[in-house]
Amino acid sequence: MTAPAAAPPFHRPGDLGEALRLLAAHPEAVPVAGGTDLMVAVNYRLTRPAAMLDLTRIGELRAWSDAGDAIRIGSGVPYTRIVAELATVLPGLAAAARTVGSPQIRNRGTLGGNLATASPAGDGHPPLLATGADIEIASTRGTRTVPVAAFFTGPKRSVLQPGELITSVIVPKAAGPQQFLKVGTRNAMVIAVCSLAVALDLETRRLGTGIGSAGPTPLTAPEADLIELPWTRPGLFNDALAEEFGRRVAAAARPIDDVRGTAAYRRHALAVCAARALRRVWTAAHGTESTR
Amino acid sequence: MKVEMRIDGEAAVADVDRPGESLLSTLRDRLGLYGTKNACEQGECGSCTVLLDGDPVCSCLVATAQCEGREVKTVVGAVPRPVRDAFIACGAVQCGFCTPGLLVSVADLLAREGDPRDPVIREALAGNLCRCTGYEKIIDAVHAAAEAMADEAHRAPARSRAAGSTEETP
Ligand SMILES: Cc1cc2nc3c(=O)[nH]c(=O)nc-3n(C[C@H](O)[C@H](O)[C@H](O)COP(=O)(O)OP(=O)(O)OC[C@H]3O[C@@H](n4cnc5c(N)ncnc54)[C@H](O)[C@@H]3O)c2cc1C
Ligand code: FES
Ligand code: FES
Repeated sequence: MTAPAAAPPFHRPGDLGEALRLLAAHPEAVPVAGGTDLMVAVNYRLTRPAAMLDLTRIGELRAWSDAGDAIRIGSGVPYTRIVAELATVLPGLAAAARTVGSPQIRNRGTLGGNLATASPAGDGHPPLLATGADIEIASTRGTRTVPVAAFFTGPKRSVLQPGELITSVIVPKAAGPQQFLKVGTRNAMVIAVCSLAVALDLETRRLGTGIGSAGPTPLTAPEADLIELPWTRPGLFNDALAEEFGRRVAAAARPIDDVRGTAAYRRHALAVCAARALRRVWTAAHGTESTR
Repeated sequence: MKVEMRIDGEAAVADVDRPGESLLSTLRDRLGLYGTKNACEQGECGSCTVLLDGDPVCSCLVATAQCEGREVKTVVGAVPRPVRDAFIACGAVQCGFCTPGLLVSVADLLAREGDPRDPVIREALAGNLCRCTGYEKIIDAVHAAAEAMADEAHRAPARSRAAGSTEETP
């Protein structure tokens, strides 16, 4: 047949093994899932891939499964399906997915693309941080699992290496109420000015936090997570506690001034969002007691 | 490289020469199908909305080569008559640039929900920008289309019964 030079510029692997082999053999091929980040760059001539590798035909990446304590979400499951199929078991992530772009964007956009782009403003990241999700990465050299908190290395940078694909995201099932709050100029189609996810784990009595769009990477707030909550007497929860949590979350942020907002505004908004989110999860867990 | 797909019910072949060519660009510039509009090429405006295997997507963000064997429906093939009629009757079209994308999104919404309430309509159309109408008349048109389609569905069984009885009568 034809010489190897005539390799097609667009690869359409049908399974993961084939995708990894193709990527190893054609390192110039840029993976494309929903295209909602990549195609914008292509259309605006910011990048001109010599070759592309389609991830939308790989069944393993487009399915999710129940892994006992966690849900294993294929990196190519679009947001629309996360909202429709996983809202009960992963309420925080589903709430974040609901705020992404528009119906057209949610029908195509994926967690794998969100993570690989590694924007500090990516809406998928805060709920993954709040729940301590793991990212599964594969190449022809093997598979590795990276905790989401170790995944981001800088603005639009991550630990992902050439030849590697994100295969799935392993998200612990909710063990209590979760919240996602996003500040923007309208309800639809906004890049977050700042965003916040909170997950309350009633079994381990732990709080988890994820902060978006307020630092060079998405962030956690370890000091805030350690705030002492009145687990044995839930009714003692009060506004002062919620506000202290807000202050700690704001302190964990490392925001900058940019076109979407100032650093000072972001800190302020995060403190308000965090206090609100904590009040909501506590009330959801313990009923009206907390309002006493 | 050749990409074979179905567009508005017909087999179509596009000979794409770069891997990043968008479905929007293939439809308009290569196949001369101008129903789908190009305004922003960054997923913001929705004027390029088509159904890809039944789901509304921005065709500017889909690589044509991803569409091998897939079903594409544009404003030409995706939109029931009552939806088009309602847009005209309600004054939901001014310059018309957003209209093809909106019609596709409305067709999808009404296929999923027969009688959507305003917040559901606003949410479903959040990815379609219109800078002329102020959206109110578009929402009126969705309600009018929903009503017309419900009426049609009501009448259809009656008509088929009538047809059956005339056949039986010698
Ligand atoms: C109008 C509009 C609105 C948007 N709104 C939001 C929003 O509200 N919130 C938000 O967070 N984002 C938003 N986005 C950004 C985008 O939709 C998301 O980041 C989305 O998750 C990207 O996923 P994708 O599958 O489309 O990625 P693609 O564009 O297909 O890929 C993005 C990058 O990731 C790489 N990649 C994709 N999948 C993998 C994988 N499995 N392994 C390794 N690398 C991979 C690709 O090579 C590419 O470099 C918006 C985009 C648009 C156009
Ligand atoms: S042209 Fe595709 S969304 Fe505007
Ligand atoms: S009618 Fe002009 S943009 Fe909608």
